[in-house]
Amino acid sequence: MNGAAARDGRRFLARSSFIEMAARERARAMLDADTFRELLGPFDRIKSPWLPLQGIVAQADDGVVLARGTLDGRPALVAAIESAYQGGSIGEVSGAKIAGALELALGDCKQGRPVLPLLLLETGGVRLQEANLGLAAIAEIHAAIIALRRHVPVVGVVAGTVGCFGGMSMAAALCSRLIVTRQARLGMNGPEVIEQEAGIAELDASDRALIWSLIGGEQRYAVGLADALLEDDAATIAAAVRDAFAQGLPQLERSAQVEHLVRRLACIDPLRPPDANTLRRLWGEGAVN
Amino acid sequence: MSTQQCPERGRIWFEALTGSDGVVECTPRSVRVADAALGGEQTRFIAVVPDTHNRFPRARQGEVGLDEACALAVHVRRAISADRHRARRPIVAIVDVASQAYGSCEELLGIHLACAAAADAYASARLAGHPVIALLVGKAMSGAFLAHGYQANRILALDGPEVMVHAMGKQAAARVTRRSVAELEGLGEKIAPMAYDIHSYARLGLLHKLIEGVNAEAPGQADVERVRAELLAAVVDVRASTPDLASRLASPAARQTRAASIEVRRRLAEQWDAA
Repeated sequence: MNGAAARDGRRFLARSSFIEMAARERARAMLDADTFRELLGPFDRIKSPWLPLQGIVAQADDGVVLARGTLDGRPALVAAIESAYQGGSIGEVSGAKIAGALELALGDCKQGRPVLPLLLLETGGVRLQEANLGLAAIAEIHAAIIALRRHVPVVGVVAGTVGCFGGMSMAAALCSRLIVTRQARLGMNGPEVIEQEAGIAELDASDRALIWSLIGGEQRYAVGLADALLEDDAATIAAAVRDAFAQGLPQLERSAQVEHLVRRLACIDPLRPPDANTLRRLWGEGAVN
Repeated sequence: MSTQQCPERGRIWFEALTGSDGVVECTPRSVRVADAALGGEQTRFIAVVPDTHNRFPRARQGEVGLDEACALAVHVRRAISADRHRARRPIVAIVDVASQAYGSCEELLGIHLACAAAADAYASARLAGHPVIALLVGKAMSGAFLAHGYQANRILALDGPEVMVHAMGKQAAARVTRRSVAELEGLGEKIAPMAYDIHSYARLGLLHKLIEGVNAEAPGQADVERVRAELLAAVVDVRASTPDLASRLASPAARQTRAASIEVRRRLAEQWDAA
């Protein structure tokens, strides 16, 4: 084994997988050591009022971990979605936890006490068992992100392996900066939903390689729909999060770059849609857009 | 879905409320924009309508696709910049959107960002002081509604069997939750947030007003005047309050059905600063 390969091997072994962590560990791994303080934790027992009516056991934190702490010594808020519970879906309570915490951060920002908001997004979108209350909560999350971004950057991480879908993919797109891994997927409509609504000829939801090539983290980064592509390592991601906040507010938020989006779409022929590689040439770094 | 079933309510109400006055040239043709009078004040009306010639095949039935979401963002932002140094015109989103466009091309091209750009524009208009009103005249579904209407200061809906709000179409929702459509409908009768109809939605407390007794499909002059009056009243109400979405938690219905949303916020505030 040559020296470089040995170094790579050691680095691999020294990594601490972020993807394998549960939401609470993920939030803790992002904050400065010993500053994690959970809000509305499991002992507060605020559960979904709707799941028990449908014979589903409700978890005591409704699948969202909120924590205050610091990032490089600056006050921060982390909202981490637990993908192992109901697919990370957004119900009334989990959605209200995220929206409510962002609203409180906004209140502090308005009073001159900036709070850095970090979203760890791992979610299939609306929890269909609470359908319209999940959708309403997502609209409130969008509203809070957009209002907060006037004061502080809002940073999102999609690490995998659930990915980030539905209305929450819009929340990811509203983030000032978005960090992904190769294991991440980011898309509006989940592959199963597209297959159901548009037919298997449109998309075969079981073709995993195809799906990752369309909406995987690497592709999203290559065409400018994410700002950083990282290895699955908690320390690497924590450092990138600090970088993202240190850069301050972007000149123009991604979701406000409307003329750029119009130009990008103008060069697409929908009757001969580009494949993933062609799109990298059209939209990737160095392309005229 | 055949073209006969294409939702035309967006077009019908757009034309009824604007009288086709002040139409703003728009690409794609599936997004209709006009600046027309509402109670003597110039108001921007915006609708997404079907266009069977849409260049994106998955956006021909009135869906919010890539171009539509982008155009919504463009035309809302143009109103914001034009009014930067004068009175902020009201913006009315006429909502009849069956879904966002479902397609692999749409996903590759990032329809999530296009929809986010539209939501961003509407929310930015609201924060800039434009009264933003969503008028639900047909379907208000999922990501399409998030992009076109859900960032409004106030949501108004016509009362009628075809007016509905939901997170996912029935067939797909049944597949994802591994239930039959009949089971899903049964649950909707017991559990208000799972239902599709506008009466159940009204029970959630998110609606500013359910406008009853109006012919939603073929409105007469009296119907149109009635809706105009309600839009005007909503604009007045918005101008007298904060530009956030707090009113969605303040109604008597919200205090009952969204009690958990309110309780979460109350207890979060208690715990926000360390003891």
